[in-house]
Amino acid sequence: MNVTRGFAGRPRVRNDGLPPGQYDAGDDWPVLSAEVTPELAPAEWTFTVDGLVAEPRTWTWDEAHALPPSAYEGDIHCVTSWSKFGVRFSGVSLDAFLGPVRPSAEATHAVAYSHTGYTTNLPLADLTGGRAWIVWEYGDEPLPAEHGGPARLLVPHLYFWKSAKWIAGIRLLDHDEPGFWEQNGYHHRGNPWEEQRYSGD
Amino acid sequence: MPGRIAVSTRAAATWQRATLTEIRRETPYAATFRFAVPDWAGHLPGQHLMLRLRAQDGYVAQRHYSIASPPDDSGHIELTLDHVDDGEVSGWFHTVAKPGDEVELRGPLSGFFAWPGDRPALLIGAGSGVVPLMSMVRHHRASGLTVPLRLLVSARGPEELIYASEYGPETTTVFTRTAPEGVAVGRVSAAHVAGLLADGPDGGWEAYVCGSNGFAEHASRLLVDAGQPVDRIRIERFG
Repeated sequence: MNVTRGFAGRPRVRNDGLPPGQYDAGDDWPVLSAEVTPELAPAEWTFTVDGLVAEPRTWTWDEAHALPPSAYEGDIHCVTSWSKFGVRFSGVSLDAFLGPVRPSAEATHAVAYSHTGYTTNLPLADLTGGRAWIVWEYGDEPLPAEHGGPARLLVPHLYFWKSAKWIAGIRLLDHDEPGFWEQNGYHHRGNPWEEQRYSGD
Repeated sequence: MPGRIAVSTRAAATWQRATLTEIRRETPYAATFRFAVPDWAGHLPGQHLMLRLRAQDGYVAQRHYSIASPPDDSGHIELTLDHVDDGEVSGWFHTVAKPGDEVELRGPLSGFFAWPGDRPALLIGAGSGVVPLMSMVRHHRASGLTVPLRLLVSARGPEELIYASEYGPETTTVFTRTAPEGVAVGRVSAAHVAGLLADGPDGGWEAYVCGSNGFAEHASRLLVDAGQPVDRIRIERFG
């Protein structure tokens, strides 16, 4: 690619935490959802794991909060090219939900779906091993509704459209099934370090 | 909610060169940048693209922008950009760019917010949120479509209203800070939205909302409260 005449970019310090093509959003946390923000009270929120599992199960807000707490501290990356450093989310590791339902050996992928009908697909391996959470706090505050509160999925090692807001459940499958943005041309996996933004990347 | 069209994965994945051919000032804060893109695959109103600039040291900045021009613009596309304070990409466009400069872009991207012109559309935008909606209005006119289309556009004042000279009877303008003599100042209101819904076609509208997050929350809430089905509201927000 050619150099753009007269473009220097912002003054910058080298930041090894910034994936290619991303910029540091600083204190900003842009809201990027294509849907109307739902008015979903914690008492109405549930989280279900089903599909290729031995024992499908649904947790209520209180039941989910009774699981061992787990927090993520680190960075997040949006496909629209902003990254946000040093954020802290608190909730429960997804492993705590996947353990009791006993996923089948054939389960290779998952579709995460929200209370609004949004969907996104993920390889099951991206959701296990302490790499994914259901979170309900940002910093020390309840997660704001526009950012997915009362609870969202958090898969911080992938672009943030994978971290479904208003999470309602995860269905385990033996195949990959593109979700909302993936059907709209976005990459099936979305690894920021490999710049997997769009289908074909 | 499905997207409106299938997206070409090849077009979305391929960077191509675009040559700036014209700059038109829209307001003191916004200008339209016209590009020749010889290999443009075509787009639908409402789609966006990703644009990138590269510095001498290899640093790359890339941003998503909505497409302002209608389809069938013979190898050209237009973007209308606000001059964002400290914006490194919009700053380059507003202070450095001149016709003949080359940038790279990929797209069109995402069929979600696209409007093929097939269903009645109620468009609500604020500030530069009107950009993808204007692509729809222009398409409606250029193609002589008869499907109902209405635009509710909000700006801080008349001098900040993008595309001011292009609006016709399909458009209602709302000014939030300053307005011409005799015109009320205020936000997009429940009354505006109720009026447009009451005036809607049989089978109702597809609603398209574009603007800042605060505006998108406000407008989408008004639509829901007025009875517009949630799954027929599409939102494009910018931070």
